[in-house]
Amino acid sequence: MDVLTPRTLDEALRLRSEHPDAWPIDGGTDVLVELNFDRARPPALLNLSEIRELKGWSRENGTLRLGAGLTYTQCRQDLRDVLPALAEASRTVGSPQIQNRGTLGGNLGTSSPAGDSLPPLLVEGAEVELASVRGERRVPLEEFLVGPKRNAMLANELIVAVRVSPSGARQTFMKVGPRNAMVIAVASLALSADRERGELRAAYGSAGPVPKLVTAPLAERASFAERVAEAAQPIDDVRGTAVYRRHALRVLTTRALERCAA
Amino acid sequence: MRITLTVNGEEREADVWAGESLLFALRERLGLPGSKNACEQGECGSCSVLLDGVLVCACLVLAAQAEGHEVVTVEGLGSDGRLHAVQEAFVQTGAVQCGFCTPGLVVATADLLARRPDPSEDEIREALSGNLCRCTGYAKIFDAVRLAAGAA
Ligand SMILES: Cc1cc2nc3c(=O)[nH]c(=O)nc-3n(C[C@H](O)[C@H](O)[C@H](O)COP(=O)(O)OP(=O)(O)OC[C@H]3O[C@@H](n4cnc5c(N)ncnc54)[C@H](O)[C@@H]3O)c2cc1C
Ligand code: FES
Ligand code: FES
Repeated sequence: MDVLTPRTLDEALRLRSEHPDAWPIDGGTDVLVELNFDRARPPALLNLSEIRELKGWSRENGTLRLGAGLTYTQCRQDLRDVLPALAEASRTVGSPQIQNRGTLGGNLGTSSPAGDSLPPLLVEGAEVELASVRGERRVPLEEFLVGPKRNAMLANELIVAVRVSPSGARQTFMKVGPRNAMVIAVASLALSADRERGELRAAYGSAGPVPKLVTAPLAERASFAERVAEAAQPIDDVRGTAVYRRHALRVLTTRALERCAA
Repeated sequence: MRITLTVNGEEREADVWAGESLLFALRERLGLPGSKNACEQGECGSCSVLLDGVLVCACLVLAAQAEGHEVVTVEGLGSDGRLHAVQEAFVQTGAVQCGFCTPGLVVATADLLARRPDPSEDEIREALSGNLCRCTGYAKIFDAVRLAAGAA
């Protein structure tokens, strides 16, 4: 096994195309668990943690560009006013140690049905920016997530950033689990009440093969909780039953509406 | 592969396997067993160290990622043979039972108090939420944090 540590994005993309079997690693909070337990032995690791272009976030006109290497701690601190649901979700991830190290790019790379950054980003209509030596493309997050732990990234591509045009709508994120820290969601929900577009937007996590967006006109508020619960495709697993997950989504949607559309 | 990093203020070199964690390198290659190895999956916090001043689980950092960076472990907190104020407070309040969680909690507490010298009860709970004590000595651990905050 080898560790490749590029210093620039160009170098990283070149290494990515030369070593398509190498696993990208940034914060390592998912990858190291695999390595520590010998669940996987990738031929090489492509260490992205030294690439300045992937870090931090910027604003281009009305659009925010969140670098793939943006940590949850940075989301919590910097994005509270512009992307409040993402900031709230970031606060529920793991623990301070995990939030200091885990990144948005890593959450997208893993594409877990329980990935906590995904519902808030879906609600805000985010796009994933992918790059390879051939150039760059943008994929709506809804299309990027294709299945449990599967996404639309190609073997020669890297996730470079997430682009969002903040709606400014009232929004929130909620998560059900056995305690307030260190919890993989049993079910989660991000919701916004977008008065400008006259739309309710919700996205659930841990209640289907991928986190998914559900929308309705603002006027259909009364039936929205039921609509979200119906749209979910939950399964029974060690963390909860499908019936419980549907129930939880009904409760979470009702509470989120009280917070955002009162 | 060989890595060079700064550990507790000293430049160190280590020969590491590409897939090994910083925790393994600290304990097995650099002779620093203070950071404990319990879960190896980020759940318990007993391996907590500061990487470039940021609190992380050493078990989730690739040793090779620490190349050129600065690590502070529990061994590096005190100075001149004297305990750090947080360590002193853990001793005074009896916050140590088996002691396995203690190094991680000490580092996490030192990190909290450096950022927030006078934390609220909720801030303490949130800051230490990634550190488990299986002896469930949390009440005394909280006493230690408050004592250290008062002493700082
Ligand atoms: C104790 C613990 C608690 C956790 N709690 C939560 C939680 O509450 N909620 C949650 O959602 N997650 C949680 N996680 C999972 C993890 O922290 C997140 O998924 C995190 O966002 C991963 O980011 P990372 O930078 O550490 O990823 P890494 O481990 O570095 O990478 C993860 C995956 O993404 C790929 N990747 C990383 N960066 C890129 C890139 N730029 N381009 C292409 N591919 C890339 C890697 O190849 C890998 O497949 C937890 C993990 C642990 C260990
Ligand atoms: S050993 Fe690293 S968190 Fe448990
Ligand atoms: S003192 Fe034993 S684990 Fe905390």
